[in-house]
Amino acid sequence: MEWFLANSGTVFGLAGQHFVLAVVPMVLGLVISVPLAQLARGRRALRTAVTTASSLLYTIPSLALFIILPPVLGTRILDPVNVVVALTIYAVALLVRAAMDAFDSVDEELLLAATAMGFTASARFLRIDIPLSLPVLFAGLRVVSVSNISLVSVAALLGVGNLGVLFTDGLQRTFITEVVVGILGILVLALLMDALLVLLERVLTPWTRAAAMPAAGSAALMAAMSETRIHEGAG
Amino acid sequence: MAEAMIEFQSVTKQYQGGQPAVDNLSMSIDQGAITVFVGPSGCGKTTSLRMINRMVEPTSGTITVAGKDVSAEPAAQLRRSMGYVMQSAGLMPHRTVLDNIATVPRLNGVPKTEARRRAAELLDVVGLASGLGRRYPSQLSGGQQQRVGVARALAADPPVLLMDEPFSAVDPVVRDELQQELLRLQRELDKTIVFVTHDIDEATVLGDKVAVFAVGGRLAQYAAPEEILRAPANDFVASFVGRDRGFRRLSFNAADSVRLHPAKTVDAAAAAGSNSEWALVLDDDSRPLGWASPRDGGGLVPGGSLFRPGDSLRRALDAALSSPSGLGVAVDGDGRLAGVLKAEEILVLIEEGRRRREEPD
Repeated sequence: MEWFLANSGTVFGLAGQHFVLAVVPMVLGLVISVPLAQLARGRRALRTAVTTASSLLYTIPSLALFIILPPVLGTRILDPVNVVVALTIYAVALLVRAAMDAFDSVDEELLLAATAMGFTASARFLRIDIPLSLPVLFAGLRVVSVSNISLVSVAALLGVGNLGVLFTDGLQRTFITEVVVGILGILVLALLMDALLVLLERVLTPWTRAAAMPAAGSAALMAAMSETRIHEGAG
Repeated sequence: MAEAMIEFQSVTKQYQGGQPAVDNLSMSIDQGAITVFVGPSGCGKTTSLRMINRMVEPTSGTITVAGKDVSAEPAAQLRRSMGYVMQSAGLMPHRTVLDNIATVPRLNGVPKTEARRRAAELLDVVGLASGLGRRYPSQLSGGQQQRVGVARALAADPPVLLMDEPFSAVDPVVRDELQQELLRLQRELDKTIVFVTHDIDEATVLGDKVAVFAVGGRLAQYAAPEEILRAPANDFVASFVGRDRGFRRLSFNAADSVRLHPAKTVDAAAAAGSNSEWALVLDDDSRPLGWASPRDGGGLVPGGSLFRPGDSLRRALDAALSSPSGLGVAVDGDGRLAGVLKAEEILVLIEEGRRRREEPD
């Protein structure tokens, strides 16, 4: 505890770096996966290719990827860009499948109705496919968020700043407190990120909670109750 | 003679390497009328409907709406000028009922508040409480969702409504309600409605004209429903229309001249006592409750269907046939007893009607 208080500035700094290294690849992964999944929709060959490629990509060990990338990208080994690119690859591997599943979950009849009403293809994608995919996409994002936060710490072995540095440093000095602070820090960060995603999903998908409520009968009852309240308010 | 609103000119739709789904269809659809496409599955009725708003593109031939070739306009824009109602209401689950109704005006660039205000009016037009507007579709019953579907189709006030088996997924009671509602709406709105169904009963109830399609996408008969029931063009139409077409055709004959007889009545208290013959049990307001049976010392037996002012011969006959006493119960507009009618007198009326049609004009 004393050590933490004395070094809180460093710990928070590392946590901030850790956060950025985890979130940026997640966002990039989303931006790449959603159009890719849309492209693969209804194209069987491309879909199979994307599915296979994403499985293969995810099996590459992260440490290997961190080491392979600098010569490929022409970056220095310590460059955080390596971490961002590596984690984006993992994020895409996870999210592209989530996005394809998400699009599959959109009711065909609804899409037909949208076409019949005069939606253009792009309007249909933005106003129907995307919002209705959010629940499945967010499930994917939550997996990516946890996976990224744990993978970022591996990059500490290469000397890229993040909470994982507390492990490497603590182990070298056989100073267990530092390792524990590192573990707790990562845990708290993962929980915070997850809470943030859950909150964001709730804000963006209000209809899913309406659907969970039993329909007609009790809805009518609730309407009657709220009406009573209005009358009471008026009286 | 009504003016033609939609015209099919030698329209064929053929999918690769198969029988034509629609084979050389030529027909004209009247403005301001309900035209029903009916037929067994695979007869091309839905394909024909979807070619009107280019959800399906014809292989050959042209379709015009209000004199304009439908292929002359971008498809999305064309579709916004026609209301479309389908079997599953096809509502957007992530939008409130009001926003669902406002969809097409919003696509046309109408400001949000104005589109919502119009949507709220339409909620009333289709018989839904205004409080439902803020709900999500999943919070409505199937019948309510279908009404929202109709309101959505009407939102941009299109002259043409395309309805693709809109009532086939709801239970019979709700379907009956929705059909009556559609007829009421049509009297007010005067749209050109093309309605697809596989149910000949629905076709004859709703259609000003009925087009019977045969498998292979051929138009087997296109006429007023009364004529299709009375004079099917061929064996296919006759068998599709079904065995009790004679009885169903009575729906188109008014029963104004049916004679009403005074009925023997008792009040609810006396119903338990013994009666020598069937007696109609009335409540204090002279509304029929049922029949008091002459057997086993009385007891209330539920009555048959009721005959109301303006009902057809079919309803009159059914009232008599479904009554335990053999006497059909007629009520006035307020549901009070007006008299009883007898099956044999209704049959005489039917025969008189047939003779009148036989006589040369």
